[in-house]
Amino acid sequence: MSTLLIRRSMLAGLLCFLSPAAPVLAEEYVVTIDQMEFGDVPAELKVGDVIIWRNNDMFRHTATDRDGSFDVDLPPKAEARLVLESAGSIEFYCRLHSGMVGTLTVSP
Amino acid sequence: MFRTLLASAALALVMTAPGIAQDDLSDPQIAHIAYTAGQIDITAAEQALRKSTNPTVTDFAQTMVRDHKAVNVQALALVEKLGVTPEENATSTALSDAAQAKSEELEALEGEAFDAAYVANEVAYHRTVNEALEGTLIPSADNAELKALLETGLKLFASHQAHAEHLAADLQ
Ligand SMILES: [Cu+2]
Repeated sequence: MSTLLIRRSMLAGLLCFLSPAAPVLAEEYVVTIDQMEFGDVPAELKVGDVIIWRNNDMFRHTATDRDGSFDVDLPPKAEARLVLESAGSIEFYCRLHSGMVGTLTVSP
Repeated sequence: MFRTLLASAALALVMTAPGIAQDDLSDPQIAHIAYTAGQIDITAAEQALRKSTNPTVTDFAQTMVRDHKAVNVQALALVEKLGVTPEENATSTALSDAAQAKSEELEALEGEAFDAAYVANEVAYHRTVNEALEGTLIPSADNAELKALLETGLKLFASHQAHAEHLAADLQ
């Protein structure tokens, strides 16, 4: 019984892994903050891709989704990774400097 | 209002007065003015953190403290590296005097009246410092690293000015 259960879950895991819905190879992109501005954002983003937010400033910033799906704290000279988990047009800003804004366009 | 004008007048002295200090500003004097300008905003923010209970105002004040401290830490590191001693001058003294007077004026206010007056002064003060940085301090700076730090300071002051303007509109 327990063996069967284990096999089933292994099979489920394997199927999930092979499923065509699983993301194709995820890409990593760097978005740099410099002189109180977000730098260019990559054009072709997909769900599963990773944004590395790199803060080159001496100031603390954040990269924050206006709809609340992420809120990345970025101390001076720090970087942080964000996995894109949903598709759509995501407007982000810095909570500490409201003039710092950008948009991520993520396809499924 | 009068005190804000005084601060503007202090900077106007460096910005526009023909033949006076303007062209004679040395890097040690410029460093002192820039450092003082940041310290003044930190002190004003600390007053707001003591007096205000409005979270959007205190969040703003915390950002002012954090950002201006960061620049001034870099400014001190730079003058040390360059072996320069910041030199007090008529402009930095006038700025400090005007800020002291403004602080006393704000100290007498409470609640929403304080918040409105603090934010209005932040708008005016950042605008004035922006103009001084852009019009006089940056063009007058000789050392490239000092100039670069002042340019970062200008971006920062411009961002804070926009932030303060939004906040002023929200408070109305
Ligand atoms: Cu920011």
